[in-house]
Amino acid sequence: MIPAAFDYQKADSAEEAIALIVEHGDEAKLLAGGHSLIPMMKLRLAVPSVLVDIAGVEDLSYINDCGDHFAIGALTKHRLLETSDLLLAECPLLAHVASKVGDPQVRHRGTLGGSLAHSDPASDLPAAILALGGSLIAEGPGGSREIAVADFFTGYFESSLAEDEMLTEVRVPKAPGASWNYQKFNRRAQDWAIVGVAAVEVNGATQVSLVNMGSTPLRAEAVESALAGGASATEAAEVAAEGTDAPTDLNASPEYRDHLARVLTKRALEASGVS
Amino acid sequence: MEISVAVNGTGRVSEVEPRTLLVYYLRDELGLTGTNVGCDTSSCGACTVHLNGESVKSCTMLAVQADGQEVTTIEGLAPSSDELHPMQESFQNNHGLQCGYCTPGMVMAACSLLEENPVPTEAEVREGLEGNLCRCTGYHNIVKAVLACSGQDVS
Repeated sequence: MIPAAFDYQKADSAEEAIALIVEHGDEAKLLAGGHSLIPMMKLRLAVPSVLVDIAGVEDLSYINDCGDHFAIGALTKHRLLETSDLLLAECPLLAHVASKVGDPQVRHRGTLGGSLAHSDPASDLPAAILALGGSLIAEGPGGSREIAVADFFTGYFESSLAEDEMLTEVRVPKAPGASWNYQKFNRRAQDWAIVGVAAVEVNGATQVSLVNMGSTPLRAEAVESALAGGASATEAAEVAAEGTDAPTDLNASPEYRDHLARVLTKRALEASGVS
Repeated sequence: MEISVAVNGTGRVSEVEPRTLLVYYLRDELGLTGTNVGCDTSSCGACTVHLNGESVKSCTMLAVQADGQEVTTIEGLAPSSDELHPMQESFQNNHGLQCGYCTPGMVMAACSLLEENPVPTEAEVREGLEGNLCRCTGYHNIVKAVLACSGQDVS
């Protein structure tokens, strides 16, 4: 399978990349690691006429300690996230979830910003970032703006990034010593989650998110409210599918996904110490 | 467009269409057919090569993305034409292959794994090779070969 023909442009800086996407409008796509975009182009599900390669923008690969949060460059690869001593010490959920994406070859190429901008509800990292909270920085021709993670995912493969904006940084709160867990259920090691559940304690509250239970990654609001009201892990997990809209595909029916959400939420809560 | 890639230590300058996948550039343009195309959907890992020393799936990369970088294929692994790389030798000694189709990708993925984790446990080898499928299901001896190559006793 070969992608349809396109024009290839290489950007050496974020400014150059933004100028190119402004010039080419909705005909252009940004290419980072390419591990979401290239498979879609091979299947001709995505047919951009211009690819703007941003992989060479080196100053967007970093993990900076900013006191109460980490600032992570959008081009930081999954491999760097999973092996980062900073994240392992003070945001271990993110490092662990990064280690569950695809396989080592994918993690050598895939980037955090690429995964978030792609906004696949079945991806691991968007749900992890949603559970942690924090914000994203988007740069456009008019400057940069900060988007709360809760407002970022707007639909199936859709985010609140404008056509002429580029995601440049991800800010995640530190959670040193906080309990956390990630449950990923799939049939083959390297697959997307049929359903996934991330749970993490942030400022004393347990925040839970769901993978592949709707058109976007979702916060399990019913579970969080139940826990805040004093429910046990078992009781809170019972409402894990409430407010979700699980998809159907070859792997699972919506009913089976609802069941998995309840089971995996219970496991995630128990493993993270909510009794 | 013109790209310049160091393939197995030799600088290669070629004119490629932007949509050319790295694996087809290696096979069709450079004649390096040791890298196989298996699933063509980034699942099976038969096309695994090293980009700047790290394992990647060459069916999910454009040749233009390798411009200015170093690519190593299975042909570039052995130190000379009459010597095998220790990982190749270990696959041979431990019968780490049956039909052989997944072998180039397995060997490349295994070398990258040991580069990152020089003495892995058996579980770490199995996880480290999760991006490579063996349709003969010969995993047992492949894992054994990787463990042996890391200097561990597999007898």
